Amino acid sequence: MSYTKSADVSNRSRVGHLDIDQRAPKSARWLNESLGVTSRKRKWVGVIWVLPALAAYVLFVLFPLGQTVRYSFYNWDGIGVATWAGFNNYVQVFTQPELISSIVHSFILIVFFTIIPVFLGLIAASLLQRRRQGAFTTVTRTILFFPQIVPLAGAGIMWSWMYAPNGAVNGLLRAVGLGGLTQQWLGNFNTALPAVGIIGVWLSLGFCTVLFLSGISKVDPATYEAARIDGAGAVREFFAITLPALRGEIVVAVTVTVIAALESFDVIYVSTQGGPGYATMVPGVEIYRLTFLNQHIGAASALAVVLTILVLIVVSIIQRVGRGRD
Amino acid sequence: MNAVSSRSSRATSAILLIIMMVFTIFPLLTMLATALQPANSTPSGFSWPAHPQWHNFAVAWVATNFMHLLSSSVIYVVGVVPIAVILATLAGYGLGHITIPGGKAVTLLFVFGLTLPAEALITPLYYQFQSWGLLGTHWGVILALIGLYMPFGVFWMRTHFANSPVELTEAALLDGASAWQVFRQVHLPLARSALASLAILMFLWTWNQLLLPLVLVNDPSKGTVASALSAFQGQYSTNIVLLCAAAFIVLLPSLIVFLIFQRHFVQALLQGSER
Repeated sequence: MSYTKSADVSNRSRVGHLDIDQRAPKSARWLNESLGVTSRKRKWVGVIWVLPALAAYVLFVLFPLGQTVRYSFYNWDGIGVATWAGFNNYVQVFTQPELISSIVHSFILIVFFTIIPVFLGLIAASLLQRRRQGAFTTVTRTILFFPQIVPLAGAGIMWSWMYAPNGAVNGLLRAVGLGGLTQQWLGNFNTALPAVGIIGVWLSLGFCTVLFLSGISKVDPATYEAARIDGAGAVREFFAITLPALRGEIVVAVTVTVIAALESFDVIYVSTQGGPGYATMVPGVEIYRLTFLNQHIGAASALAVVLTILVLIVVSIIQRVGRGRD
Repeated sequence: MNAVSSRSSRATSAILLIIMMVFTIFPLLTMLATALQPANSTPSGFSWPAHPQWHNFAVAWVATNFMHLLSSSVIYVVGVVPIAVILATLAGYGLGHITIPGGKAVTLLFVFGLTLPAEALITPLYYQFQSWGLLGTHWGVILALIGLYMPFGVFWMRTHFANSPVELTEAALLDGASAWQVFRQVHLPLARSALASLAILMFLWTWNQLLLPLVLVNDPSKGTVASALSAFQGQYSTNIVLLCAAAFIVLLPSLIVFLIFQRHFVQALLQGSER
C-alpha cells in the first residue's frame, strides 16, 4: 500500500502542467512483450484498451466538432437546403455588434471570474495559514467551498432574487441609508454585466482559497518559522515564501476560472438570458440563441469555432507564462 | 513575536474571513428565508419571517413532482458514471502503463479535448440525435456526456497509471499472471482513490448539467436537477416564495451529499483541477 503513497507524491509535483511526456515505465519493451503487445502480429492488441474510450470521444465530441466547422461555412436554417457561405459567417462574427460584443463580454468576465477571486483567495489563504488549525478554519473552508457543488443554475436563481427590485441587495442598501442607489441590477444596461460578474466572484472565491490553502500546506512549516525568527512580517512572509510557493496553484486557478469565464452559459442563461438587450450576452448563450431560436446555424457555428480557438490560445498562453519562469 | 500585534492581526484576519463567509452563505440564507414567508406574499429584502411557513416545502415538493425529478437525475448518474469511469480506466491503463503504438498521439488527441467548450458541440449533437430518434429521451444526454467526459477521465487515469510501480507488474508477470490479471488484480485495487475522485467529479458534473438536457431533452420532468431549476425560473417567476422553496428542495440533496462526503469532494475537485 505504500506504493500508492509514493505515486501520489510524484503526482503533486506536476501541478498545473498538462504534461503528457511522463517517464516511460522502465524496461518497457520487456514488459510489453510479456503483456503480448510488441511482437509484430500482436502489436495492436494493446489498442483494445483504448478503443472504447476513443470511440465515445470520436463519436460524440470530435465528429460533432468537425460538423460545427462544416456548418460554419454554410447558410442553413436547420431544415431547408444549406447554401455555401464561404467565410461570410466569420465576417459576421467579427463585424456584427451583437456577436463581437458577446466575445468582449466574456473577456470582461475574466476580471470577475479570475482576477478578483485569485487576488482575494491569496489574501484569505495566507490569513488562514497564519491561524492555528481548528474548528474555525474547518468551518471557513467548508463554507467557502460550498458554491463549488451548487449547480450553476441554482446560483443563477439565488442571485436573481438577490438582485431583484425588492431583493436583498436593495434591502441592504436601504438599511444602511443608501436607498438612492437601489435599482434593478440585472435589468439596467450599466449594472447588469458587473452584477453577473459578482456571481462569478462568488463562484470562484472559495475554490481559489481552498486550492491555495492546499498549496501552502505543502510548504515546510520550518520555512515560515525561520522567516518569523528573522523578524519577517506577514507581508514579507507572503511575498518571500507564500507567493513563490503557490505559483503552480495560481496557474491552475487562473486556467480553470478563465475557461469558466469564456465558456460561461448556465449562470447567464438562468439569470439574464444575455439581456437586457445584449448587455450580458456571452458566446455560449449566443450560440444557443442563434441555433435554437433564430435558426442561424452557420453564424452560431462560426461563433463556436472562434470561441474554441480563443480558449485554446488563451489557455496555452497561461500555461506558457506559468511554466516560463521555471 | 510581539503578542499585541499578533492578537490584532488575528482579529483582522478573523474579520476578513468572516466577511468572505457571509458573502458566500448569504444568498443561500436569503433563499431559505424567502421560502419560509407566507405563500403568495411578495417578500422584500432579507428578513427572517415571524412565522416560518415550513409547509411551503411540502407544497413545493408536490408542485415540482420532486420524486420524479430525483429519479430522472438518478437515471443520468447511473447511466453515465459507471460506463464513463470504466472506459476512462481502461484507456488510461492502455496509455499510461502499457505503451501502445501511437499512444502519444492518442493522448494528445484527448488532451486537445480538455478545453473544448460544450457549446461548440450542441448544434451538431442535436441534429445527430434527431436523426437517430433519440431527442427527448435520456439516451442522447447519457451518450453525449460519456463522450464529453473522456478527455478528462482518460487523462486523469493515465496520469495515475503512468506512476504506478512497474516492479509490481514485473513480479506478477513472473508469477505467470495474464495481462488482464495484472490489471485486474494488481493495478486496479491500487487505483481505488483515483477512481473514487473521478467518480465523484463525474457525479457532480452530471447532476449539475444544464446545457445538454436543455437542448437534447427540453422537458424539465425528464431533465437533471439543474435543468429543472432553470425551468422553475420561468414557471414560478410570479411566485417568488414557491420558487425559492422549490429551488431549496432541489439543492438539498447536493448539500447533504456535500456535507457527508465533504473531504472527498474537496480533494476530488482540487486534484481534478490540478491536472
